[in-house]
Amino acid sequence: MSDLTAEGGHGAVPLEGVPAAPGPIKHDWPLYEVFVRGKRGLNHVHVGSLHAADDVMALHHARDLYTRRNEGVSIWVVRAADITASSPDEKDPFFAPSGDKVYRHPTFYDIPEDVPHI
Amino acid sequence: MTLDGTQLQDQFEHTIERDQRIEPRDWVPEGYRKTMIRQIAQHAHSEIIGMQPEGNWITRAPSLRRKAILLAKVQDEAGHGLYLYSAAATLGADRADLTDKLITGRQKYSSIFNYPTLTFADVGVIGWLVDGAAICNQVPLCRSSYGPYARAMIRICKEESFHQRQGYELLMTMMKGTPQQREMVQEAVNRWWWPSLMMFGPPDADSPNTAQSMAWKVKRHTNDELRQRFVDMSVPQAEALGVTFPDPLLKWNAARGHYDFGPVDWDEFKNVLKGNGPCNTQRIAHRRRAHEDGAWVREAAVAHAKKKERE
Repeated sequence: MSDLTAEGGHGAVPLEGVPAAPGPIKHDWPLYEVFVRGKRGLNHVHVGSLHAADDVMALHHARDLYTRRNEGVSIWVVRAADITASSPDEKDPFFAPSGDKVYRHPTFYDIPEDVPHI
Repeated sequence: MTLDGTQLQDQFEHTIERDQRIEPRDWVPEGYRKTMIRQIAQHAHSEIIGMQPEGNWITRAPSLRRKAILLAKVQDEAGHGLYLYSAAATLGADRADLTDKLITGRQKYSSIFNYPTLTFADVGVIGWLVDGAAICNQVPLCRSSYGPYARAMIRICKEESFHQRQGYELLMTMMKGTPQQREMVQEAVNRWWWPSLMMFGPPDADSPNTAQSMAWKVKRHTNDELRQRFVDMSVPQAEALGVTFPDPLLKWNAARGHYDFGPVDWDEFKNVLKGNGPCNTQRIAHRRRAHEDGAWVREAAVAHAKKKERE
């Protein structure tokens, strides 16, 4: 029974003989990333993605998919292809400019204990 | 600076060791990518196919209240499928391609959805036992090492709690009804108890892939651990409801601090997974029909979007 497991949340499915490599891109609708503002006073936060034919449909789908229980008061959608991201391969060099500047943090400075409110 | 193969492997293992999350576009070993695509895709398929057994009762729900609840629940299952397809997409899998693999039978879904829902009591038992078993499986997956999957599972678990409670409440209502209604509940419990235990997969001794999945932290507990946890949780719930489970060997073992239970019929399980369950053919045919009947809508929406772009 080596080809079975309880992998995944809904219970046992076969493991072997199941194609798992990324397949060809067949979708006819572009991919959108979705950002939701949970409530007033908070930033929009990335919640996931979806496919839609155009921007308006993406907004409607985002509402139906990501805010079925009042999880949001505002939604942004943006085509995934329009996002520019830093590359994980070069994460250390890319973020190096802030890595060695400890003096940007308040804890860098020694202030005597008895000085109030600082 | 580009890292070489060994450094990438080290970085991956270090991330897992520190219990941090792997994120999209991180370098991962090919085996990890494949395991995650397969796990997330087949989980997504399970959610999508899982709409059918209960969807069967939407038009025949006994009250407007039950119909509204059932609609919301089935819509949630669609939502869960989409969160998961979205997580699979971050690994380079294409949703349309995954749908194709489902309706051509190359990828599978949980065997539990190949059983029929014969009465409205089955709707309640699915919520209580099937979703209860799913919750046992899913709560640890909120800590999966693959970030997008873990985040999808957190959303799903929040919603599953409603699923389980509505099912149990439905059954409590029926148990307060006529003797025939109570009998319907007991019969549905008899039908779903063993398939629910099968949801956790074969015994640990027959699950050779568990070790690798645990090392990668994409699985946090073994099949037998989760199954025992589910049995221990369910027995007092059955007592409160006034039903019994169809297992003469089920009894409290004070020495172990757990309930003992009888052997699962793994031949039935294998047979259902092979495609010989009561509803395998019907489930895939229905999914295929829905997909193919919707093709003109997808094409029309693209044509409309292109026309708008030109204007």
